[in-house]
Amino acid sequence: MNALMPLIDSAKCQGCGLCVEICTCGVLTMVDGMVTARNGGKCGWCTMCELVCPTGAISCPFEIVIEDID
Amino acid sequence: MAIQTEFLRKLPYFSGLDSSAIEAVTKYVFEKKAERGERLALEEEPSHALYFVVSGVVKVFRTSADGREQILRLIRPGECFNEVPVFSGSGNLASAQAMSPVVLYGIRKKDLETIIQTYPQVAMNIIQVLSRRIQELVMLVEDFSFRHVSGRLAKILLKYVDHAVATGGMKLTQQEMASMAGTAREVVGRALKSLETEGAIRIERNRIVVTDRRKLEAIAGLY
Repeated sequence: MNALMPLIDSAKCQGCGLCVEICTCGVLTMVDGMVTARNGGKCGWCTMCELVCPTGAISCPFEIVIEDID
Repeated sequence: MAIQTEFLRKLPYFSGLDSSAIEAVTKYVFEKKAERGERLALEEEPSHALYFVVSGVVKVFRTSADGREQILRLIRPGECFNEVPVFSGSGNLASAQAMSPVVLYGIRKKDLETIIQTYPQVAMNIIQVLSRRIQELVMLVEDFSFRHVSGRLAKILLKYVDHAVATGGMKLTQQEMASMAGTAREVVGRALKSLETEGAIRIERNRIVVTDRRKLEAIAGLY
């Protein structure tokens, strides 16, 4: 499920690998010099990859919803 | 492992030094390695060296009395930490921890003083670096006048949740929230936690659930 993984903008990614280094869930890996997100179910959504990326290539969006009170 | 002069040459601290000066500075630099999770500095403890991150990422943070962590900066390759306590002689202003395996270059306080005395250009460079840090910190202090940011963030969440009801789903990153609230990305995580503690929202992995709209409106200053 792509929605549950950090989103990677391949046009912005410079392949520095900092996000891969700090990812404690093992979701981000480097494939052919490009960061790839795999196995999103493991992702704890700490958003540190988004914070560390020097080019803003990673985003971890939050869905904003109102509590269902039914 | 030999110290890389090319790396040192690119650091703002040593900008403008010629090759022989860089070579001379290299003699004062030592390498330090750390594993993920290793503490590199502790709040209040004395600091005897300035560190540059060569590879990996270091988290600089403060811990509140109730144990909550506030990240002040992530230090990437080419950036440094511990600069303030090294020059002021005070204890560390914040703690530092390796977020990945890291390689650091360190310079001890007394060696840094020798370098500055030998190459006054380094003193000018350091003034520039520290001036930028003060600017950043002043902005951060402003943002930590905290209710302020919580209120702005509450307003943004209300706007987006209404939009989500109308359109069937809205998503925002913390970076986008920071840009909209006119604050630093680092502040948003703490503001969200604060809204959660106050019972206005609940954070569920990649969802922000508005649990008490009235409370969120009150925090936003809407009534």
